[in-house]
Amino acid sequence: MKLRRIAADLPIVSRQFTRNPIGLFFSLVFPIILIGLFGLIFQNTGNNSVNLPVLLLDHSNESSSFLDALNATGLVNVQIWNNVSASEFSSKLYAAEAPVGLVIPPGFGAGVAAHTSINVTLYTDPGNPAASGTVYAAVNSAVTQLNFRAAGAHPVIGVHALTVGSKSFAYIDYLIPGLIGFAILTSPMFSMVELVSTYRKDGFFRQLSLTPLTRAEWLSSRILWYIGLTLVSAALMLLVGIEGFGAKVNIPLAMLPFLFVGPFLFVSLGMLAGSVAKSPETAAVIGNVVTFPMMFLSGTFFPTSTFSPPLLAIAKVLPLYYVIDGLNSVMLFGNSTRALTDFGIVLVISVVIFLAAIVTFKWREE
Amino acid sequence: MPDAICVEGLAKRYGTLRAVDGVSFTVPEGRVFAFLGPNGAGKTTTVEILEGLRNRSAGSVQVLGLDPWKDGPELHEQIGVIPQEFRFFDKIHPREAVVYYARLFGSTVDPLAILRRVYLEKKADARFDTLSGGQKQKLGLALSLVNNPRVLFLDEPTTGLDPQARRGIWEVIRALRAEGRTVFLTTHYLEEASLLADQVAIIHRGQIISSGTPEQIIAAHGRPDRLRFEAGPEVARYLSGKLPFAVTNEPPYVDVELRRKQDALQVLTVLEASQLGWDHLSVARDTLEDVFVRLVGRMDDGVIKSEAS
Repeated sequence: MKLRRIAADLPIVSRQFTRNPIGLFFSLVFPIILIGLFGLIFQNTGNNSVNLPVLLLDHSNESSSFLDALNATGLVNVQIWNNVSASEFSSKLYAAEAPVGLVIPPGFGAGVAAHTSINVTLYTDPGNPAASGTVYAAVNSAVTQLNFRAAGAHPVIGVHALTVGSKSFAYIDYLIPGLIGFAILTSPMFSMVELVSTYRKDGFFRQLSLTPLTRAEWLSSRILWYIGLTLVSAALMLLVGIEGFGAKVNIPLAMLPFLFVGPFLFVSLGMLAGSVAKSPETAAVIGNVVTFPMMFLSGTFFPTSTFSPPLLAIAKVLPLYYVIDGLNSVMLFGNSTRALTDFGIVLVISVVIFLAAIVTFKWREE
Repeated sequence: MPDAICVEGLAKRYGTLRAVDGVSFTVPEGRVFAFLGPNGAGKTTTVEILEGLRNRSAGSVQVLGLDPWKDGPELHEQIGVIPQEFRFFDKIHPREAVVYYARLFGSTVDPLAILRRVYLEKKADARFDTLSGGQKQKLGLALSLVNNPRVLFLDEPTTGLDPQARRGIWEVIRALRAEGRTVFLTTHYLEEASLLADQVAIIHRGQIISSGTPEQIIAAHGRPDRLRFEAGPEVARYLSGKLPFAVTNEPPYVDVELRRKQDALQVLTVLEASQLGWDHLSVARDTLEDVFVRLVGRMDDGVIKSEAS
């Protein structure tokens, strides 16, 4: 392998790429559009309070205290609905697409004062378990408080709640490393699969085999190009995520190994997929079969911590999982031990795939 | 003069198909060798084996003393190749392409000078995908010159080119020969082979059916020279009765086959004595194309077998 020839090949790769606006769009602009799109959709998920429509049929001090206790949990934002009857409350909630609702019945205050048993009614939507769970917890907490007060007791055990990791993260914080991983995967994979299969069909590799350029050099210059592209793309995503959506992520040097090894892995995998296919059409299918599961199941759009155990087991056989987990470890959690393990795994997979690609990828025939 | 290319008993089989079937020939250094044959005859398979792009099934092949398949990288430093349909990165300009190849080969060239040699300097900064078919072939030729090759393999370099562009390529090939380079040319165009080649081999169904200089091939397989003039059938009948030569009449021509040059004098003497009218005297001679068509046709009809068998 000669650096001189890689250096000769690199400008050709870059010109081929930069003179093709579609390639540039998908590599640099598309991930940013995704950040914008997902950032806007999930902009409010960092603030977990849920709007809670309340049908207040009792106007006593006790019901006011109960609503204050609800608001104080910070989990719900109480909204009193007026001019609604008890019988139409459920249908009005449905019409307003409200997943939860609470009814404080008449005689609530009197019941509490007289220490007689009285129930509030909570409506929830099984289709939105997150909101239902949050509101149930808030209502339960307020009920317990009032019960203690009524019994003249005070709680003995309290809870000091903290977020996993060292600080609290919003969705956009997870999205940045995830989408950097997305760009590391998709840009080289789609382009290499198509390139390798069509170049082979057109006899282009046979032509290159008549020059001193070797397969390893050809592959290396593409890996270098995609590393450069990944660095630019990651910088743009960080800029948009931090400046545009207030993402709170670290930008440590420890990110760099992943920005290097990721393109190394997926350029090689793209070449391998393009090499084993007999035609460009088959190559596209193989490319999609390899790429799509990784695109969605490696923590690109959603943190893998939300995955069920079977889904997580699938994620853990996908190489991109370790790239994104590693990026999360260094950018969000500052967990360098875990990042080092992830890096080791990706590096080993990359070397194996690189070698497999070189062996499989022939540019002349027997 | 040492041989640049030496092929002995070369065979290439794909399953039961014998694409190349026991081909032998040599090409002396500094000569233009034309490899002729109809489509599917085995030309491209042979040339690709010589270039090291394809492995052979049997036989020995040496190009500049190297085995093209085993010593590919070493050989490629010394040869230039234009494949049948030359392709390049579609967004790259010819000037950039020449610089690219020069860097790969580690040679120093003036890109414009190389492009000028193939009449492509005006398109030095046009994207490859905007070039015409002929201009693309010219770029292929330019790139094959970048490493200053001793042997050039040109696989149908003028196919699809307009007559002017074709003549341009011929000039380049003549210049390459004058510089002492060996040129291995496959072509469909018999005229091209006649004009350029020192030596010709005709391949058909994987076997060489004739080889030698164009003159030798015409002498071996062509009809004798004919004295031709415009005249009526009565002249043909008169000459047939008076001369010991074959006389044919394809109006408006009467052809008389000559065994020796001197026979022409005897024909003209008899013709003059006949007092019959005739006009436009000429000598008709078979071209390489006539011979090629006849050889390939006769082999297809089973009349002749190849030299190899």
